[in-house]
Amino acid sequence: MKASNHLSAEKLAGKIPEALGREIDIFETEVALRKTGKIDERVFAETRLRRGAYGQRYDNGQRSDGAKVQEMKYPSGDLTKGPMTMWDAPGMQRIKIPGGGLTVEQLETIADLAEEYSDGIAHVTTRQDFQLHYIHIEDTPSIMRRLAAVGITTREACGNSVRNITACPYAGVCRDEVFDVTPYAQGMFRFLLGHPDVQNFGRKFKPAFSGCSQHACGLTNIHDIGFIAATRTEDGEEKRGFVTFVGGGLGAVPYNAKLLDEFVPAEEILPVTQAVSRVFARLGEKRNRSRARIKFLVQDLGIEKFRELVAEERKTLPYDPRWTELIKDAEKFHEAPLHPGGEAADSDAHEFKRWSRTNLRPQKQDGYVVATVTLPLGDITANQLRALADVVRRYTKGTVRSTVEQNFVIRWVSLKDLSNLYRDLEAVGLGDPGAGAIVDIVTCPGTDTCKLGISSSRGLAAELHKRLTEKRFEFDQPVENLHIKISGCFNSCGQHHVCDLGFYGVSRKMGGFAVPHFQVVLGGEWEHNGGTYGMPVLAVPSKRIPEVVTRLTEKYVGSRQNGETFKEFAKRTGKVQLKSWLEDLARPAAPGDRSLFSDWGDPREYTLGDMGTGECAGEVITATEFELASAERELFEAQIALDNGHFDQAGKTAYKSMLDGAKALVKLVNPNIPSDPDRIVADFKTYYYDTQKFWDPFAGGKFAHYLFDAHQKANGSYTADASRYLIDEAQLFIDAAHSCYNQLGKAVTV
Amino acid sequence: MSSQPLEVQHVNVKLFVEGTEEVLEPLVPVFHRWIQERPLEELLLDVADYRHVIDGPGVVLIGHEANYSLDNTDGHLGVLYNRKTPLDGTNQDRLKQAAHAALNACEKLEAEPKLSGKIHFGGTKIQLLINDRFLAPNVPETRAAFDPELKAFCAKLFGGAEYTASYENDPRRRFGVTLQTAQPIPPGKLLANLAS
Repeated sequence: MKASNHLSAEKLAGKIPEALGREIDIFETEVALRKTGKIDERVFAETRLRRGAYGQRYDNGQRSDGAKVQEMKYPSGDLTKGPMTMWDAPGMQRIKIPGGGLTVEQLETIADLAEEYSDGIAHVTTRQDFQLHYIHIEDTPSIMRRLAAVGITTREACGNSVRNITACPYAGVCRDEVFDVTPYAQGMFRFLLGHPDVQNFGRKFKPAFSGCSQHACGLTNIHDIGFIAATRTEDGEEKRGFVTFVGGGLGAVPYNAKLLDEFVPAEEILPVTQAVSRVFARLGEKRNRSRARIKFLVQDLGIEKFRELVAEERKTLPYDPRWTELIKDAEKFHEAPLHPGGEAADSDAHEFKRWSRTNLRPQKQDGYVVATVTLPLGDITANQLRALADVVRRYTKGTVRSTVEQNFVIRWVSLKDLSNLYRDLEAVGLGDPGAGAIVDIVTCPGTDTCKLGISSSRGLAAELHKRLTEKRFEFDQPVENLHIKISGCFNSCGQHHVCDLGFYGVSRKMGGFAVPHFQVVLGGEWEHNGGTYGMPVLAVPSKRIPEVVTRLTEKYVGSRQNGETFKEFAKRTGKVQLKSWLEDLARPAAPGDRSLFSDWGDPREYTLGDMGTGECAGEVITATEFELASAERELFEAQIALDNGHFDQAGKTAYKSMLDGAKALVKLVNPNIPSDPDRIVADFKTYYYDTQKFWDPFAGGKFAHYLFDAHQKANGSYTADASRYLIDEAQLFIDAAHSCYNQLGKAVTV
Repeated sequence: MSSQPLEVQHVNVKLFVEGTEEVLEPLVPVFHRWIQERPLEELLLDVADYRHVIDGPGVVLIGHEANYSLDNTDGHLGVLYNRKTPLDGTNQDRLKQAAHAALNACEKLEAEPKLSGKIHFGGTKIQLLINDRFLAPNVPETRAAFDPELKAFCAKLFGGAEYTASYENDPRRRFGVTLQTAQPIPPGKLLANLAS
């Protein structure tokens, strides 16, 4: 971890929005508390997940080195940052990028962070986020501060919360869009971030926006809630709104999103989403995580019933001016070009022509194009990020967007600048052609860094990329346009269901040995927002997947009828025939041939022993547990204030910690308890003191009286002694609150 | 800045090697074997393969205290030692520790049978970086504070041999300096100089 971590708050003072800075300070305190064992590991796990600090493969302290399982003896010993998650083990920091929109300053900051805290690489995910790997947990507050200083939050990037809000990266410039969805995605991001109604989900919740129904860019069909731009004429006036879907999702068994409403007016999308969130939080599964996504709730209730519940919930929502303010504010968003548009100069340069054919897309604004920067496996170096920032500055007003295909798009490029733009990108290794083509393979991190990975999705993607790139200019057009997507396991982070040739990691035994395999999934549809899911055909050893791709593409070219798409071809051919073409590849290797026993890019003999428990699901932590953790943190801060001679502040903070402890318990009875101290103390007295639930076997109601006394004196000031006594009493009160909570048997409440 | 002493931590040392990126592929199993056999003092954790990225980190042996890699940043291949955890001692101690670790790894790679002599330190060019912009922003004040440290360190490392020092000029990049000696000095000699 960095020697300079103690400097980050001071160095960035004045550059971080106050509320965000306070959140990060709190998190830093929580890191310190966990390090000294003062926060439960489960609570801390969910706390860090909600700030985007994820676990990573081998963080349980064990790793197979190919010959034996090695114990990793870290300096912090058995200290954990979550169940079975060693404190010192490297982790992943996810960085939320709403709609994929980035400024050049943000690109440069991520570049710096990749160099200083990670391994020099920033990874773009399939949901427009960034991920940095091999991060130490104690570095995360500094990382968060540096991001916050350029307007990025990692809050709710993981955990059971609203994840990144994705949106079509062509929004605002696409020729086929109904209207620009960018402001609405941004408005929703601001509205839902930290919203109380989205804090009690059993699992994550992913929203997406698309400007049209026919293209893939928004992938609304695979999302928990999806919005597709639509207009309606009312009283002669065109109104903006959204066709709204719920309950889509990939995973082991993919679900198509269901139509919630054919037209939700733009000013209604925030309250409707709030209502959906409330229904999900109230009725969604919480104990059984494998059925806790909203898709299962929609399925179990039926879309009609779910729709009714949302409509009823909507009626009960107290009016929130932000519903319209945020949208109106966001609608002021306007992008403009840096240079005048024009016409492209003629160029005979062969490489430029190849790049132009696949990587450019005309904008609806004449004279401008969108240029795609392809990233192999979604990876980009720190120097490339800075170089990209330079290019974006040179040709646009300094913004770029990440895509769900793990690339970047540079918008508002004047046709006059095209050849120079290509030259500049090419000079830094960012001018590869093949955007959206068969060589542009999408992959999740897989066994490289993910605890759930079964097979090496990145290893396979790298191998396929290398082989296909060698032949890319020989492909027939239908093959060149195919999409390949790879996931390391059935959880589908590589989105293998919505492409022509999909693969996800599985393992099989051959000759008594575990062998890495990929299940072959064929005929999914990327277009129409991920409109159709592919069909699993059979599992083939990982090392033979390149042959699968060769055979299928040759069959497609050879027996394609009337210009049919791969989806149509696969459907017409049928699973039985498709399987028969590949069956021999699934057979064991000849005796003595061990070539199948290791995975792509990893020479170790394959084992499933390195898999861990995933953190995608987060920890189901009740609001009470969060409040109790908050009380602990307040108390810690009170002690610091006391040590620094700030006695009045110490006393007030200690009192606040007791209030938080009381509120934690009251929440079990009254989840909507306001923050009014009088009300908290009154409810605490009614529900816990008068009923003797907050009763120590030896001390009786003594600890409750600490709170009552502190409440009575709350308006006064605190001397050194008074604050010291109060801190001691607060500690006893919070301990008693934990004890009371445990006795009530509410360790996991739904 | 100039009134505060410079704390040199997270030192990176890159020894520029002769060779091409082709050596990266056979390096992957070598690093995995190092994790098995633990020939280095750091806790070694994993191997990250970035061969697909142009002018990137190459192949990285991830450790807890430090990473080792055959790095290809800026298209210059080199054995890179990247110190991640802070160290006690003086700035000179930390510079020497990083240089020693890089040279030690380089010797091991040069002698590695599976690499068939494909990695060879040219003996003339070494890059030092301080991988922490809070401690060492790439500004003239850092350079002024670092210069005496560098001179003392180079006197030790090169044993009095002549060298040139070229600082990184782009303020967005990390504070760093590239050292070039007039005559090649093999890793063994540099290690001996550090130990003397």
